[in-house]
Amino acid sequence: MINFRLGSLLLSLGLIGFFSLFIGAVNLSVSEVVYTLLASSEHDFIINQYRLPRLVLAIGVGAGLGLSGALVQGIIRNPLASPDLMGISAGAGLAATSLLVFQPDAPLYMLPLCALLGGLLAAGMIMGLAYFTDPTPARLALIGIAISAFLTSGIDFLMIVNPIEINTAMVWLTGSLWGRNWDQVPFIWWTLALLLPLSFWLAWRLDIMGLGEETATSLGISPNKMQFGALLCAVILASVSVSVCGTISFVGLLAPHLARMLFGHNHRLLLPAAAGLGALLVLISDMLARGLQPPIELPAGVLTSLIGAPYFIFLLQRYKGWS
Amino acid sequence: MITTKQLSVAYGDKTIIENLSVSIPKGKVTALIGPNGCGKSTLLKALSRINRIKAGDILLESESITSIKDKQLAQRLSLLPQTVVSPEGITVRKLVEYGRAPYVSHWGRLSTEDKLIVEQAMLETGVAELGDEKIESLSGGQRQRAWIAMILAQDTEVVMLDEPTTYLDLSHQIELMKMMRSMNEQGKTVIVVLHDLNQACRYCDHLIVLNQGQVVSQGAPQQVFTEQLLEEVFNLDAVVINDPVADTPMCIAR
Repeated sequence: MINFRLGSLLLSLGLIGFFSLFIGAVNLSVSEVVYTLLASSEHDFIINQYRLPRLVLAIGVGAGLGLSGALVQGIIRNPLASPDLMGISAGAGLAATSLLVFQPDAPLYMLPLCALLGGLLAAGMIMGLAYFTDPTPARLALIGIAISAFLTSGIDFLMIVNPIEINTAMVWLTGSLWGRNWDQVPFIWWTLALLLPLSFWLAWRLDIMGLGEETATSLGISPNKMQFGALLCAVILASVSVSVCGTISFVGLLAPHLARMLFGHNHRLLLPAAAGLGALLVLISDMLARGLQPPIELPAGVLTSLIGAPYFIFLLQRYKGWS
Repeated sequence: MITTKQLSVAYGDKTIIENLSVSIPKGKVTALIGPNGCGKSTLLKALSRINRIKAGDILLESESITSIKDKQLAQRLSLLPQTVVSPEGITVRKLVEYGRAPYVSHWGRLSTEDKLIVEQAMLETGVAELGDEKIESLSGGQRQRAWIAMILAQDTEVVMLDEPTTYLDLSHQIELMKMMRSMNEQGKTVIVVLHDLNQACRYCDHLIVLNQGQVVSQGAPQQVFTEQLLEEVFNLDAVVINDPVADTPMCIAR
């Protein structure tokens, strides 16, 4: 049953991924697309340089955000937590926009590194505040949203005082895959290739953390080491994702919740499922973003917010007994 | 077996245990008793490295527990905390399998031997037929037995139980005490925090009486458990008589 579900998830990623190659301002037939993929044709730019990298990026970024969210929720045992609601994405975004504004000539690989620095600082900030105030889950989400709003206003400020073209602003204000190409692909996929094995190593340890810190300790699992490892992993994944396509909101919250509904609580299934569902969410959002009103490009982040924000409100309602 | 040397343990600024030196005999059931806040749970948590040691040392055999690796320590020493968290949706078997955590490979795969030990632990605690039930669907007594099965699967020489009877009715309390005895008969050293003094006298070989983070008295129940001790440590005016069934001391408040 579970294998069937994982299989269907992969299959739908493949099918929707292939379908996404047809979406955009120029209409292409099946034979044109297949021919261009296998050989080359006059549509080479549209398919191989434009739609295909976006597809590969959408999957990578979505998987990164979904996995990051599942790790954060797993380690702080808080269903309201996610990299964007905790300010990690906003921190990474602010650092990345600062680099773009103040050092526009910096080499491309500086962007993910800079984003990571910002993500780490924001994570340090919220964990520091959590350490001193020991908040309830709902309150931690509030602190995160406050930090997030504060950092996002920094991005807004930078974008307004340094007028740039509207499409670039769209990437950094709401998250979009517009204008991304093969250049960004290695960043996110290398990160995934390195951190996926690590998160499998963490997976069953996260399950044991679910028995409470005291039991975990007596079973030989050090909660501090696990929390540090999982959080670091989550921050790296979220920050690199943000450096590629800005803050695509709520994917890190939605994907793990969907994964838990479909695949249960076992992290060995939950983590890959959250990655797959995150990929699917971003892929569909990006497809709609460029397909709803071509040639006008909507930001993918707006579409994920359309589903994510109401769901977040629903979650807050459901857990109102917590505060 | 376990010896503490000038041990001090604190929560933040508040020192709970100061300069405590005590040894816990091997192969016996030792009860830590004392009034609320005397440091008995704190001591147990320090032994299992949940509470940090502020000063002094804890020796297991002759090794300092701070020098033993997490995994190795978990193969020698297990703990059932006072309040346990049962995550949503996990089955009894899954819970018992977690007891093998200190033995499994990096990726958490159980070997055939691990699986045999898990089944054996479930048989011994009478939860074998509940293997596929969800933890949350069990009664309080069954749940506690499932947790004991997890501790058994951990297969350690020392087992620590922190007020294991707190949420159980009397018949399940007795059942648990008997399970504790049978663990001891299999050669395990058991350390248990108990509130019920009569149960401690009846089911334990050795009592360590703590008050304000200090050992007040220790030894076999027959030697330690006196009216004078109850008066001084628990502020309780009671008579101590012989338990007509087990011939161990028991107290009745006046």
